[in-house]
Amino acid sequence: MASRPRTLYEKIWDAHVVETRDDGTALIYIDRHLVHEVTSPQAFEALRIAGRGVRRPELTLAVPDHNLPTTARVDAAGKPVPIADVESAAQLAALEVNAPAFGIRYIPATAKEQGIVHVVGPEQGFSLPGTTIVCGDSHTACHGGLGALAFGIGTSEVEHVLATQTLLLQQSKPMEVRVEGDLGPGVSAKDLILHIIGTIGAAGGSGYVIEYRGRVFERMTIEERLTVCNMSIEAGARAGLIAPDDVTFAYLKGRPMAPKGAEWDAAVAYWRSLHSDEGAVFAKSVTIDATTVEPSVTWGTSPEDVVAIGGRVPFPEDFADESKRVAAQKSLDYMGLVPGTPMTEVPIENVFIGSCTNSRIEDLRAAAAILKGRRKADNVRWAIVVPGSGLVKAQAEEEGLDRVFIDAGFEWREPGCSACLGMNPDKVPPGERCASTSNRNFVGRQGPGARTHLVSPAMAAAAAVTGRLADVRALV
Amino acid sequence: MEPLTRVEGRAIPLGLKNVDTDIIIPAKWLKTISREGLGRGAFEALRAEPGNVIDDPAYAGATLLIAGDNFGCGSSREHAAWALGDMGIRVVIAPSFSDIFSGNAVKNGILPVVLPQEAVDRLLDIAREGLAISVDLEAQTVTTPYQDRFTFTLDPFRRDCLLNGLDEVGLTMARGEAIGGFEASRTAAQPWLMRGTAAA
Ligand code: SF4
Repeated sequence: MASRPRTLYEKIWDAHVVETRDDGTALIYIDRHLVHEVTSPQAFEALRIAGRGVRRPELTLAVPDHNLPTTARVDAAGKPVPIADVESAAQLAALEVNAPAFGIRYIPATAKEQGIVHVVGPEQGFSLPGTTIVCGDSHTACHGGLGALAFGIGTSEVEHVLATQTLLLQQSKPMEVRVEGDLGPGVSAKDLILHIIGTIGAAGGSGYVIEYRGRVFERMTIEERLTVCNMSIEAGARAGLIAPDDVTFAYLKGRPMAPKGAEWDAAVAYWRSLHSDEGAVFAKSVTIDATTVEPSVTWGTSPEDVVAIGGRVPFPEDFADESKRVAAQKSLDYMGLVPGTPMTEVPIENVFIGSCTNSRIEDLRAAAAILKGRRKADNVRWAIVVPGSGLVKAQAEEEGLDRVFIDAGFEWREPGCSACLGMNPDKVPPGERCASTSNRNFVGRQGPGARTHLVSPAMAAAAAVTGRLADVRALV
Repeated sequence: MEPLTRVEGRAIPLGLKNVDTDIIIPAKWLKTISREGLGRGAFEALRAEPGNVIDDPAYAGATLLIAGDNFGCGSSREHAAWALGDMGIRVVIAPSFSDIFSGNAVKNGILPVVLPQEAVDRLLDIAREGLAISVDLEAQTVTTPYQDRFTFTLDPFRRDCLLNGLDEVGLTMARGEAIGGFEASRTAAQPWLMRGTAAA
């Protein structure tokens, strides 16, 4: 009997249904759980109060990242540097105690494997195609770049997964974002996802799981696919996926936690079945022409506020609907921008290269290629590079990228979430602008009053050397 | 979780619309490691204003809170429910709630009651007199000393959880056998999936 053609999302979903309930929800098995210090303390506390344990400790991996300062972690004598912020220190200490107490593998802040959860998971081969992956962080969709169904959860759900290795979920609808053609020179995966969000809107994916399809994605490296999927939540989607292929398998092979030997072969054979069938139906489909994508920047306080670098700050009255006009005006006031200003005339005081969206080795290479032999402009007061993990950092140092950044006037930091969110010491001062490779430009995201312009790593480098938002293509 | 069948007590007549979770508990309180004690940070900005309704002694010991449309909108932080619970609030009455907030509320033993705006207005007046309002989850009614009687509905699953003090984790743990069966077949067919960190 030929079964109904299914989308990739439906295949992964079906493979994880433990049981379905009368109300249409399903108990879904969770294969991989990433835990960090901010959203886990109360989950562990609840387990302890109820006298419950962790059902499958080996399916959870704990690593500190959100609150961790990105300055040196050990002093000259090799002793750990204490963390000044009392609450951060308490959260970090809680994770360090909770993980081992519940039998969970914990990567300490000083280990070379430490890094941002969404960088560590793929890097260690913990995240695998076809698995369900959750984490108490909304950018968990990142792992969809490997063909995993990955999404963010809240603290109660963290507790639920720890205790039961499952979640009670309502199935989302499958959505296709099809990209036709190829990207032009100097246009990156980040530009593409910004363009996609700008096109479909910050709620364009609400209620859906997006599958990114088309030759562009097949030609991308895994790191580029992770960048694309990472920002699915900014389009409102529960998750984003790209079908695994030979590029995926080559990336994973030999990683510490990836399958080995005969199990590797069996895994690859299974992973090859993970693609949307011919004739599978998507509840929503959007087509984007890759050739129209330019290096992109955000001008406002929603990730959908995207404009090509050659464009101008929009006029609120240009928006068709009233609520968007009001929102645009508020955004412009917050961002301190005048409508009609060319984006390349917007001055930048801070540059942040990092976050789970763009802190992998290829991102650092792309930025370094622009910075080599150049220096940041004088009006750029603060420029930092925060590698996504200790392994990325070591690799970059081996390639001499750290020197390029330092010579260009950047600070070279320890891995962590850093200025992606204003929770650790790395903050953008009120009223100042930041060209940032992170994923959220919300009000106050990088610190109270901070003005964020989301860009790719190469564009961040271009902004650093020109002191304004700039078209990187003029610098290559 | 403490079962919730009937709650009778004074109500804080907040009345505001679009009370987002940042108003309920500001971001700086998210850096805690315990669910307890968050009541101190609840409505922090509002409470900084002299004569605010939250700290008004007329409503001391209130177990109910009455608000306007779209209560609990904004960020998904569960701390909002924890903070209300820590303040001693067991019932929030409003014309509408954000989905995420009402889910979080029920998970933490707080009953979200949806009533039409007119009913909410009437209850606000009564609350301002410092009179007790009573909520019966079994009967799904809200009653007042003036013999007002409003009925509300709640999703049967959520109602059951609140009435019996069942938490979702406990409910799923009761399905342990089904989960175990699923794991056993996985371990047999795709053992690598079950290795996780142990593979290294
Ligand atoms: S870098 Fe930003 S988005 Fe990524 S995990 Fe950290 S805080 Fe979340």
